[in-house]
Amino acid sequence: MNKSVYDSPDNTSVSRRHILTVLVDNEPGVLARVIGMFSGRGYNIESLNVAEVSNDEHLSRITIVTEGTSEVVSQIEKQLLRIVPVHSVSNLDEEGSAVEAEVALVNIDLNETNKKKIYEICDFYRARKIENENSSIIFEIAGASERINRFIIEINQITKIEIVRSGPVAISTHKNTEEV
Amino acid sequence: MKQEMTGAEIVLQSLVDQGVEVVFGYPGGAVLPIYDTLFKQNSIKHVLVRQEGGAIHAAEGYARSTGKVGVVLVTSGPGATNVVTGLTDAMMDSIPIVCITGQVPQHLIGSDAFQECDTTGITRPCTKHNYLVKDPNKLSPVFHEAFTIAQDGRPGPVLIDIPKDVQFANGTYTKKENIIIPPHRLFEPEIFKNDKKIDEVVNLISKAKKPIFYIGGGCINSGPKAAELVSQLVEMTGAPATMTLMGLGVLGSSHPNSLGMLGMHGMYEANMAMHDCDVMINIGARFDDRVTGRLDAFSPNSKKIHIDIDESNINKTIKVDVPVVGDVSSVLKRVLKVWKDNNLKTNQSDLKLWWDKINNWKKIDCLHFTNNEKEIKPQYAIQRLYELTKDKETFITTEVGQHQMWAAQYYKFEKPNRWLTSGGLGTMGYGFPAAIGAQVANPDALVIDVAGDASILMNIQEMSTAVQYRLPVKIFILNNEYMGMVRQWQELLHGGRYSESYTDSLPDFVKLAESYKAVGLRAKKPGELDDVINEMINTDKTVIADIWVSKEENCFPMIQSGSAHNEMVLSKDQKQDKLSAEKGKILV
Repeated sequence: MNKSVYDSPDNTSVSRRHILTVLVDNEPGVLARVIGMFSGRGYNIESLNVAEVSNDEHLSRITIVTEGTSEVVSQIEKQLLRIVPVHSVSNLDEEGSAVEAEVALVNIDLNETNKKKIYEICDFYRARKIENENSSIIFEIAGASERINRFIIEINQITKIEIVRSGPVAISTHKNTEEV
Repeated sequence: MKQEMTGAEIVLQSLVDQGVEVVFGYPGGAVLPIYDTLFKQNSIKHVLVRQEGGAIHAAEGYARSTGKVGVVLVTSGPGATNVVTGLTDAMMDSIPIVCITGQVPQHLIGSDAFQECDTTGITRPCTKHNYLVKDPNKLSPVFHEAFTIAQDGRPGPVLIDIPKDVQFANGTYTKKENIIIPPHRLFEPEIFKNDKKIDEVVNLISKAKKPIFYIGGGCINSGPKAAELVSQLVEMTGAPATMTLMGLGVLGSSHPNSLGMLGMHGMYEANMAMHDCDVMINIGARFDDRVTGRLDAFSPNSKKIHIDIDESNINKTIKVDVPVVGDVSSVLKRVLKVWKDNNLKTNQSDLKLWWDKINNWKKIDCLHFTNNEKEIKPQYAIQRLYELTKDKETFITTEVGQHQMWAAQYYKFEKPNRWLTSGGLGTMGYGFPAAIGAQVANPDALVIDVAGDASILMNIQEMSTAVQYRLPVKIFILNNEYMGMVRQWQELLHGGRYSESYTDSLPDFVKLAESYKAVGLRAKKPGELDDVINEMINTDKTVIADIWVSKEENCFPMIQSGSAHNEMVLSKDQKQDKLSAEKGKILV
């Protein structure tokens, strides 16, 4: 239970991370409706990802990582479904197995002394070096968020880095009967 | 057949196609093309208000009293921002509204142009859906979808923002029959398979020893049939029924099974029965905090059934045992069918014991007040108003505050759609424009706005509207020179420090009425009350009746904030326990 003037009597379930994937009509303002619902009703967004998944039907997939008890997350799902351009909402954690991945781009401060060690770590984590005209050292790493976290911790212990992360996208491993 | 016309003409044609008869509005730069088109036609009547906030409450009153969609037409910028309160009000109370706003021409959007604001951005959280229409060809599909969305599922407000260049541009009109709305954009009842749930509902009710029906505004929104079905079910089971503020009138006040209103200022017996019941059947209500009181002590020993069209209301604050997502009428039809097919009966001896208990609570006579020869008690004023108007076709609207609660307690409603009040948002200034809307929709009915002296001033400019359209709306002001409910809370929770709740320099309401060429009446003593009410009813003009009532009367019974249903305070002398009072103080 949640969100009332009054204390909830049985707020016992644990708060944990959930990945919600929301299929929407790709029309102006749809992202604002979705994130506005989160901020307006006091829910958290840990990460957010949105892209068109079918351009002939103008459908976008929004992937939201949020944290909350199962009651709160269930309320979030129901509130999302009230939004007119929303087709469907799935909570990937509740539906059993799902594959998630995110991408991070990392600008690493390389020098002669740390070079060898860093390349070893990048190799281990399968981070790929991206060539660019300014010859700065940028790696791309993709995969589970947890793996990227570990990669960042290890590199951080050696040198300074700048990071950009996409936040995870995820898909259910069940055979899909959904629209897209 | 597709027709070429201007955007403004498409707007009007869409309204005609949707069966709209009246639009409440106020012109301005960004809607001039629509007003120009309005001028050239006769199918749609326009009611000119005096502030846009009045337009939307009038549309709400129109909608609530007829079950139709209320339509509003205002300009960009301040026109749009002035309707935000009304949109939020309609959102909270599930009133179908379509609001058309003008917008600056597209090439100026984003330039901070004169009377520009981000209307769709501002109104996104207070509408069911909104649109910015950039292409005149999309106007008619948008309008037809908007009208459907406003009425579909749980009704609510929809806003359509139209840049001025789109109003001028040519486009094709598509008839409403030719519009296909994708099902995901509407309420989809077929995704909820309720059959098993219906069996559970019937089973629980038939085995209940102490059942109670908890009836909400959803039973009104579901259409006239819903109230009949509710009565049938209540009568078939013989169980007591209580109504929320929004649900008053679903079951007639005189119905033997009705316990009246529940909640913060509800009936003692209704709240006690909610607390002690073993099966609660919530039909179209949403466990609002004004109804539940303290959650950890809310009806602790009951199994709860919740019938609601909006799935997000299920388990929102109160965990229920049997949720049924669907329209009240269609769900109740199935409940009644299963009940009849299985020839079910409630246990009469259990029910008798339950009613005995309830009848004992009734003996407390929670609405008792001590009448007075010298000053008019506000409760008495409402009682007399009821007695003198009950045989007429009467609609009651209210503002927000003590007078609203007294009207809910002492006026007896026998039919749905006769009681128009701002429940969820609690908007002072709602009642008078809502009465104007209800009077426009029901020209021969007696429409009375029960008001307070503070609330009425929030939309007093609409006097001009009422007089212009010869609307014989009656404003019945319970005048205590205070923001009564604020004062009451200050008395009960803030040591009687009446911070800014006294309204100094009130206008002379009689002269104010006269200055608008309406009729002003005044009652200062109980002996004058009946004459004033009768004269008010019999005057075929807009009337303000200024009723001077006891200044420091409190609205009881009351569940104070932080207390539970079985901890009602019946009078001033009865104190809330200290711990609850401390906790309650921080609540709203």
